[in-house]
Amino acid sequence: MPVSSEYFIELRNVSFAYGERPVLQNINLRIPRGQLVAIMGGSGSGKTTLLRLISGQFRPQQGEVIVDGKDVAKMGHSALFAHRRRMGMLFQFGALFTDLSVFDNVAFPIREHTRLPESMVRDLVIMKLNAVGLRGTQDLMPAELSGGMARRVALARAIALDPALMLYDEPFTGLDPISLGVIALLIKKLNAALGTSAVMVTHDVNKSLDIVDHVYFVANGEIIADGTPDQVRAAPSPWVHQFIFGEADGPVRYAYPADSLLADDLRLQGAPHD
Amino acid sequence: MTELLASPLRKLGHLAINAIWRLGFASRFLFAILMNSGQCVLRFSLVIREVYFAGVLSLIIIIVSGLFVGMVLGLQGYNTLARFGSSDALGALVALSLLRELGPVLAALLFASRSGSAMTAEIGLMKTTEQLDAMSVMAVNPIARVVAPRFWAGVLSMPVLAALFNVMGIFGGYLVGVVMIGLDEGTYWSQMRNSVDFHNDIVNGLIKSLVFGVAVTLIAVFEGYDATPTAAGVSSATTRTVVTSALVILALDFILTAFMF
Repeated sequence: MPVSSEYFIELRNVSFAYGERPVLQNINLRIPRGQLVAIMGGSGSGKTTLLRLISGQFRPQQGEVIVDGKDVAKMGHSALFAHRRRMGMLFQFGALFTDLSVFDNVAFPIREHTRLPESMVRDLVIMKLNAVGLRGTQDLMPAELSGGMARRVALARAIALDPALMLYDEPFTGLDPISLGVIALLIKKLNAALGTSAVMVTHDVNKSLDIVDHVYFVANGEIIADGTPDQVRAAPSPWVHQFIFGEADGPVRYAYPADSLLADDLRLQGAPHD
Repeated sequence: MTELLASPLRKLGHLAINAIWRLGFASRFLFAILMNSGQCVLRFSLVIREVYFAGVLSLIIIIVSGLFVGMVLGLQGYNTLARFGSSDALGALVALSLLRELGPVLAALLFASRSGSAMTAEIGLMKTTEQLDAMSVMAVNPIARVVAPRFWAGVLSMPVLAALFNVMGIFGGYLVGVVMIGLDEGTYWSQMRNSVDFHNDIVNGLIKSLVFGVAVTLIAVFEGYDATPTAAGVSSATTRTVVTSALVILALDFILTAFMF
C-alpha cells in the first residue's frame, strides 16, 4: 500500500515477541523524511528490536514496517538486500572488521556493491574519513584506535554509499565526553549534509535531545510519549520525567519487588511487599 | 520411583533430540554454504587468503608431527619386524600405515585442533562483536563472504596437508630405518614401491582426507556461526569443534576403511 511521501518510515500496529516473551505491542510510529528521530527507553524496553525491524533483521509477528513505501516485513531476500544497500547502520561498539585496516573497513561496502576502479575507491574512502575527521588513519588497524575513533570510522563506513536511511544503535555508549560530543556533532552534521532520514536508538538523554528533531519514548513494549525535544522536556508523564531527569525512584521502581522485611525475617511467603 | 527412572531417561531423550536437531541445522548450513559458494569462484582471492590462514600456517605442526610419527613408526616397526626376520619390509609398513590410516587421520586431528578451533573462535567472535550483523546490514551475506571461503579453504587444504604429513612420515621412517639403524636404502624404497598401490592406497587415502576436510571444516564454521555470542559461548563452541571433530574423524575413518579396503 503506498504511503504518504511525507514519512520515510511508518510502523503500523507492530508487535514482536522473542518466542513466548512479548517485546513490542501494537507500536505505531512515523518518521518524516530527512528528520533525525530518537527512540529512547530503558534497557530491555525494545528499542534495538525496533531498529532491527526497520533494517529487516527481524520480522514482526503482526503489523507493517513501511520504509520508503515498501513493507520490509514482506520483502523477499533480494528486495531486502536492495533495501539494505540504501541504508547505513552505526552499531553500538562500531562492529569494525578486526582483520581489515581502517581503509579496507570503509572501502568494504563500496567494493562489495560497486565496480568502481580502485583509484576512485581510494578517493571516496579518504573523503569519508575526512568527513569524520580521521584522514590519515587509513593504514591503522581497528585495534589501534580508541573507542571514539573506532565509532567515527564505523560512521564513515556507514555513510560510504551515501545512504537514504541511517540507523544509529546506541551511538554514545561508553564514550568519554569529548568523543561523545564529536559523535553527536557528526551525526547532526552528516544528517543535514546528506539529507538522510535517521533513527537513533539511545538512552543518553541530554546529548540526544540537543540534536534530534523528534523523540519517541518506549517502555514495556509500548510508545508512551513522543514529541519534539521541548515538548518531551515539559511532558506530564511521570515516566518520561523520571527518565529525562534520571531520578532513582518513580514509575520505574528503585527497589526490586520483594516480601516485607518482617515477612522475610519470619520466612513468610506471599506477604505484602515493602 | 517411576519419576526417579524417568528423569535420566528424559535427559537422555532430550540429548538425543538435541543432537538430531543440530545435525539437521548443520545439514541445512552445508546446503546454504554450497548455494552461496559462487562468490568463492568469482573472487578466488577470498579462498586463497583463508588457505593461507588454515593451510599454510598449519604447515609447521603438520611437518613436525609427520616427521616424528614416521620416526616412531620406523622404530616400532623395525623392532616388531626384526622378531620375524622381516625387517626389510619396514618401508612398506611405514608407507602403508601412513597412506591408508595415520596420515589422513592424524593430519585431520591436527587440522581440527589448529585451524578448526581458530575458525570457530574467529567466526564466533565476529558474531559476538556484531561484525556478522554489520555485514548483513550492509547487504553482504556473511555465509557467502565469511563462511564459504573458509569452508572451501579447509576442504582444499586438508588433502594437501595429509599428503605432506605422509611425505614427512615416510622420510622420518627412512631416517630411523636407513640412516640410524642401517637398513639397506634400496630395499626400503623398493619394498615400498612394490607394496603401495596408487589407486588403493594413495588415492583412497586422499579421498579420506578430503572427506575429513569437509567434516572438520563444516563443524568448525557451523559451531562458530551458531555460537552463543558471549565469551563463554565462543569458548564452549571452540571446545565442541575440537571434540566433535575428533569423534567424527574416527567414526568416518572406520566407515571409510570398511568400504575402501
